Amino acid sequence: MDAAFFRAWLSEAGTVIESQRDHLTQLDAAIGDADHGINLARGFSAIAAAMDQAATPTPGSVLILAGSTLISKVGGASGPLYGMALRQAGKSLGDTAEASLPELAASLEAALAGVQKLGAAREGEKTMVDALAPAVAALQKAISEGARAPEALAAAATAAAEGAQATISMHALKGRASYLGPRSVGHEDPGAASTAIIMGALRDVASRQVT
Amino acid sequence: MKKLINSPDSVVTDALAGIAAAHPSLAVDIDNKVITRAAGPTPGKVGLVSGGGSGHEPLHGGFVGYGMLDAACPGEVFTSPVPDQMLLATRAVNAGAGVLHIVKNYTGDVLNFQMAAELADDDGIEVVPVVVNDDVAVQDSLYTAGRRGVGATVFVEKIAGALAERGAPLAEVAAVAAEVNDRSRSFGVALTSCTVPAAGKPTFDLGETEIELGIGIHGEPGRRRGPLAPAHEIAAAALDAIHADMPLAGDVVVMVNGMGGTPLIELYVLYNEVHKYITGKGARITRNLVGNYITSLEMQGFSVTVCQLTDSLTELWDAAVDTPALRWGR
Repeated sequence: MDAAFFRAWLSEAGTVIESQRDHLTQLDAAIGDADHGINLARGFSAIAAAMDQAATPTPGSVLILAGSTLISKVGGASGPLYGMALRQAGKSLGDTAEASLPELAASLEAALAGVQKLGAAREGEKTMVDALAPAVAALQKAISEGARAPEALAAAATAAAEGAQATISMHALKGRASYLGPRSVGHEDPGAASTAIIMGALRDVASRQVT
Repeated sequence: MKKLINSPDSVVTDALAGIAAAHPSLAVDIDNKVITRAAGPTPGKVGLVSGGGSGHEPLHGGFVGYGMLDAACPGEVFTSPVPDQMLLATRAVNAGAGVLHIVKNYTGDVLNFQMAAELADDDGIEVVPVVVNDDVAVQDSLYTAGRRGVGATVFVEKIAGALAERGAPLAEVAAVAAEVNDRSRSFGVALTSCTVPAAGKPTFDLGETEIELGIGIHGEPGRRRGPLAPAHEIAAAALDAIHADMPLAGDVVVMVNGMGGTPLIELYVLYNEVHKYITGKGARITRNLVGNYITSLEMQGFSVTVCQLTDSLTELWDAAVDTPALRWGR
């Protein structure tokens, strides 16, 4: 997986986020402040603009530029959290020109660690961690069982989507939804939903590349 | 959605252009979204920077000026500003004595200010953050992101700003800011939701005769819903929550704040009830503010903030202030 693959991933994620913009914002309106879809759509269009302007020869440089752009352009909690995730993933990939599947898995693990350090969230608290952590675990399990990239990333995307769905029954303990207390139960966490979208984009780009 | 805007995407920049045109005492960098004093930093003075999502006007830009803030960074509507903005503001107001960041306790604001402080540190600028968290509607701080920063932000900016204007060092300015926060409590009530321009529809729905108790300032739902009641009952519900958390006693400054869509006549009706309640508890309101100071777009509703004063806090409260939204003594 080269730099072009990672640019294609971010581009695909941006397209889906734009199409799901109102849905994500409505999820946020229910338990937050009604800006998640708006902010992420703004952030991913800024990523697209940044990729046009700067050279990103390696997978790591793609993710670091994308992360820095989100931190600079988005604001809110999602800007720093997704920005940190992408920057940590990019740093983990180093200077490699072609990331292997285990390297990609390690970079997503670094992204998860970055999000958890910055946001101090654990699994079960109704945040993006509830989609990202199962995705990372499913990816590692698939790799250990000998799966190739399309199957392994499909397993990760499925785990992220299931993790996002599982937030519906959770009582929020972090972020703005936590102010609702028990009234946060019954709503999907918008950050987990957008993480599932981004992991779905990774699956789709990987499967397209093979076919 | 009916709003007096040109387009949902340009609300913040169009408003900044209006602020620039209306207030020559301010320097407004519209592209980078940073508001500073037109006169520039005061040599040797601690700089005060605050910021947060837009939609709370006059907070924060309306409080930039003599005796209060040196800079404000407005984000998108209800979205915290980004570290780049905060860094620009921090550099612009640094006059060699360090910079105080006044941060309302929301996950996004805290994370972005934290990153900005690290960037400023790389520049060799000393930054101390004070996090405002006065909202008693958030009961279980252990199980939430902690109490939100609401009305006390105005008190913190006024009093810390007055001390900084006297030339106090950063540690003292930060200490008084934390003291004001510790001595302040707020509670908010909404009669209607509000509509984020880019979202186009109300953030939540409230029935014709329902109110939402314990709201923040972003149209986020509160802790519970109840039926509409007479003003004295609503005021009592808000102040019961405050009194249970910080018994009302001694001299206090009270702010009855409109959320953006509340007529002043109703705020005075509430102030009368608030005054009776607080006086009934044996405390004395020695200073007050009644009006729109920290709003939530066009929401109908109010918040009440109480700060227990000391003689030195009262003196700092009375010190001259000259900003677009708060002005006396000069």
